[in-house]
Amino acid sequence: METGPGIFNPKIIAFCCEQSGIPALEMAESAKLELAANLEVRPVPCAGRIETVFLLQALENGADGVLVFACHEENCQYLRGNIRAKSRLSYAQDRLARIGLEKERLEICNLAANCGKKFAEVLKDKVEQLRKLGPNPFSRRH
Amino acid sequence: MIKAEQKPIEEILGYLEPYGKIILSGCGACVTVCHSGGEKEVALLAESLKMARNKDAKPLEIVEITPARQCEPEFAAELGDLVEGAEAILSLSCGVGVQTLARTYGAMAVLPGVNVVFMGETVMHGQWEERCQACGNCILEKTGGVCPIARCAKQLLNGPCGGSSRGKCEIKRETDCAWQMIFDRLKTLGQLHKLTEIIPAKNWGTESRDMGPRRMVREDLKV
Repeated sequence: METGPGIFNPKIIAFCCEQSGIPALEMAESAKLELAANLEVRPVPCAGRIETVFLLQALENGADGVLVFACHEENCQYLRGNIRAKSRLSYAQDRLARIGLEKERLEICNLAANCGKKFAEVLKDKVEQLRKLGPNPFSRRH
Repeated sequence: MIKAEQKPIEEILGYLEPYGKIILSGCGACVTVCHSGGEKEVALLAESLKMARNKDAKPLEIVEITPARQCEPEFAAELGDLVEGAEAILSLSCGVGVQTLARTYGAMAVLPGVNVVFMGETVMHGQWEERCQACGNCILEKTGGVCPIARCAKQLLNGPCGGSSRGKCEIKRETDCAWQMIFDRLKTLGQLHKLTEIIPAKNWGTESRDMGPRRMVREDLKV
């Protein structure tokens, strides 16, 4: 991934379920896969712990994009936490679309604990996507 | 309880155009239950508004508060410590709360952030349906606990009409026919004879609001 002066490295906040996202992150790090340069990881016991307002606060406080890494549907240890996270993210996307925020700035990715490669690939794709969208104009820093 | 929906954010942003600092007041009662104006919704709306104004480089400072209710002076007074420096109040309460705040803080604009839709029941999480229209003279004793004013599209007092089909209303096919429900309920209670009693026409003038805003007084409670 390109980095350096003049290159826009979007700030990505990744909410990671401790049952899937965090182990996948650790696998990616062990395998020395390249991760986003400006990544901030927020572990949560389950994606269902993420309140809708956390997603908006992340964007308002400076994130260019927010990713939620959750377990596959049917695989949540808390039964429906990942489904709740999906609903909340969708609600946040619809809400923010009304003020002009691109839906792509908020995304949920379902994966398993052994998906280190997928973790890294999703991050890489998100960086490229956010570079095209540009810095988040809705955050406080602007 | 009262059920309300948040106003479209575009409309709220229009109201807030002249202001740089506001109080955003939720309400811990009805609008919390229907997820339109409680503490969580206040936080969500505050973030959305701040983000929208950030984009236009017109930052909006928001002070958040969610009193237990807005419709009584003791609770409205909780905003007292916050009004200094604020230019307006955006209230997520029903119209009662908005007006109580407007009367309490006469020098400030108090803006509504929700539309009250009806008085109703939580049918399931995320779904609410109308059940009462405050007609002023409850006849649920005669109708087995099903209200024909709120739940019959024609507000028939001696239904059903001829349009009910397979228990559904001819006006809105997805709606259950109130008089079918009344019949079923009275049958369960063994009170079908009540259907032979004619319910007289309502006196909308004296019982309801057709003669203007109503007032209720209990002299024994006035201190």
